[in-house]
Amino acid sequence: MIEICDVSKAYAGSGNEGVSRLSLTIGQGEFMALIGPSGSGKTTTLNMVNRLVEPDSGIIRVEGRDVAETDPVQLRRGIGYVFQEAGLFPHMTVAENIAVTPRLMGWEDAKIQARIEELLVLVRLDPGVFRERRPQGLSGGQRQRVALARALAAKPHILLLDEPFGALDPVTREAVAADVRDIHKSLGLTTLMVTHDMTEALLLADRIAVMRKGTLVQTGTPQDLARHPADAFVAQLMETPRRRAQALARTLSL
Amino acid sequence: MNQSFREAWMLLPDYLGQHVILSVSALILGVAISVPLGIIAARNKTIGAPVLGLVSVIQTIPGLALLALFYPLLLALSSVTRDLFGVSFRALGFLPALLALTLYAMLPILRNLVTALNGLDPAILMAAKGVGMTPRQSLYKVELPLAAPQLLAGIRTATVWVVGITTLSTPIGQTSLGNYIFTGLQTENWIFVLFGCVAAAALALVLDSLLAMAGAAFSAGSRPRLLLAGAGLIVLIVAALAPGLIHAPGRGVVIGAKNFDEQYILADVMSDRLRQAGFAVSQKIDLGSTVALKALAASDIDAYVDYSGTLWGDAMHRADMPGREAMLGQLKTWLAQTYGVVQVGPLGFENAYVFAMRTDRAKALHIRSLADVALHPELTIGGDFEIFSRPEWRRVASAYGLSTMRRRQYQPDFLYRAVMSGDADLVSAFSSDGRIARYGLTILDDPRSALPPYDAVLLVGPAHAHDPRFLESLSPLIGAIPLSLMQQGNLMVDRDQDKRTPAETAQWLEARIAH
Repeated sequence: MIEICDVSKAYAGSGNEGVSRLSLTIGQGEFMALIGPSGSGKTTTLNMVNRLVEPDSGIIRVEGRDVAETDPVQLRRGIGYVFQEAGLFPHMTVAENIAVTPRLMGWEDAKIQARIEELLVLVRLDPGVFRERRPQGLSGGQRQRVALARALAAKPHILLLDEPFGALDPVTREAVAADVRDIHKSLGLTTLMVTHDMTEALLLADRIAVMRKGTLVQTGTPQDLARHPADAFVAQLMETPRRRAQALARTLSL
Repeated sequence: MNQSFREAWMLLPDYLGQHVILSVSALILGVAISVPLGIIAARNKTIGAPVLGLVSVIQTIPGLALLALFYPLLLALSSVTRDLFGVSFRALGFLPALLALTLYAMLPILRNLVTALNGLDPAILMAAKGVGMTPRQSLYKVELPLAAPQLLAGIRTATVWVVGITTLSTPIGQTSLGNYIFTGLQTENWIFVLFGCVAAAALALVLDSLLAMAGAAFSAGSRPRLLLAGAGLIVLIVAALAPGLIHAPGRGVVIGAKNFDEQYILADVMSDRLRQAGFAVSQKIDLGSTVALKALAASDIDAYVDYSGTLWGDAMHRADMPGREAMLGQLKTWLAQTYGVVQVGPLGFENAYVFAMRTDRAKALHIRSLADVALHPELTIGGDFEIFSRPEWRRVASAYGLSTMRRRQYQPDFLYRAVMSGDADLVSAFSSDGRIARYGLTILDDPRSALPPYDAVLLVGPAHAHDPRFLESLSPLIGAIPLSLMQQGNLMVDRDQDKRTPAETAQWLEARIAH
């Protein structure tokens, strides 16, 4: 469970990406999508959960513990994080990238090797083919799969995803997204995903939190948002997927 | 095989060995200092900018000057530590060269590392933090490995620079491949010069390729190739150390020489005599003119030949002219009291500063003495690198009113060419130089006695000042070398045809010294 209570963060200058008095709870085993236009403060919110960004005020609790009182390095090792465009280390092989956090935590080598194998299978990459490859030699989708494996390597209960599918083509995006959803479910993770694509949020998330200019506009299930949009901004966000769905339904039913 | 080439080849193990040791030590030290400094500079801009600026400024100091500056610096430091802790160290040779070269090695390493670290993708640094690395882990596991290719490129640049600049450590008493170049320039032995250049270039290429190989192996993650490159480096270093390890049982006695032919010949004469007396002898040649006496006083060398006028002006800072005998007497007392150096005696010839003109030109202009030169303000005077800053020139200039004369400076060997080709109308020269007679130059009179006497005197350092065997083997040289003999000897080395090496000339001279 992640509890964000009355958290603010201001950036000097533009005021972009800042967050003001935000409160949000992601329940145990829940998949929450954080959506909003760029500069709305969604990535800042995500990064405050594992202390890549420190809030100016407010409290964040992860599994009941105040993160401000947790050693940031230990905190991050216990939380999986998939970065925008993967963020894989280019000088390491796929196996070495996946092994990073377990190594930092001092796991035994045999255990690490077994874990690499297990995770590659989980993210649907053939270990025999991919173990020794370097990130440069992978497609965008393969990189995101490796990044997901790396995030899950130390068996975290919490998974943070920062626009994980943004750079992928539509077909790959759908396949990877479906796998993320499955893994979330099968491992019983608590997942917080940042995205700017409402369709993606609707398809993946249990609940959606809509942000705008650093504040939370509405939180709810996809059905809530569709039926009772809090304001015109949310209604407009829902409009695009709705129109698409209708157009598709028309086209396909003919 | 050509005689010069054979001689050059024989010297190679010693010169190359010392060159490799010095270059590699400077590079290792340069890397050891630059890498931590680069990491600090990349993280902290307020330190980084001034550090990079300072290192860049150091780079603009000419190599020879930087090397030369470390000698007096260390000499002063050495006397401070001797006074404070009773420990002194050698201020000549390896140490000043090492420090100067280390400074030279730093810029490319530091700059490449800082550029590489500052240029890392912020997303990667964020990822390193995000997966739970501490700043230190991020540095060692992510930042340095990613900066490594650029760092290695910097080290390779530094390697090529340092190997080249190491040749300039010869004048401060450190043997290197530069000995070929400096000696070759002095004796117009172009085979030596070329040999030195080619050897230094080859060494730079070999070291550079080994580093390139290590770099390629590193980024390909190939352990065997990395080991191979490492083994190559180790073999090179061991090979460099080998000559020193095989025959270096104590250093024996060291004969010094300044950087011109006559000094090489005399150093060889002294070395031969000491060897016959059973001493193990080595030489430090191409010492700067004022470096030599300090080196003798510090026992970096044990004996060499200097000139009374030079010592009088440069070491004693005297401007008066008490006459030849009085000068020698006062010099002897002063050297003994100040440095514990023994002035054993004059060798019998003078190597004085004189001014020479082409005879036809002197006749045409009716110039016989320096006093006549003042009547021709259109004339240009050529000098070696030091003459115009020496007290001798100030005395001459004021005695004859020549201070506003147009001047040009030349490498000593090119002075004769300059006067013969008309580039300069008169040039400074040395009275024992055989080329004065060969080129048929007219030496200008000095009617106002502005130029002091320059008797060649044999000096022995404190370590052997009371060593009878040492003194007895050299004392037969006192008063035994007349000017004509020294001129002939010098010409044998200088001339273009039937050229002799200083060692051959030393034997020739030895055979003609009256015993």
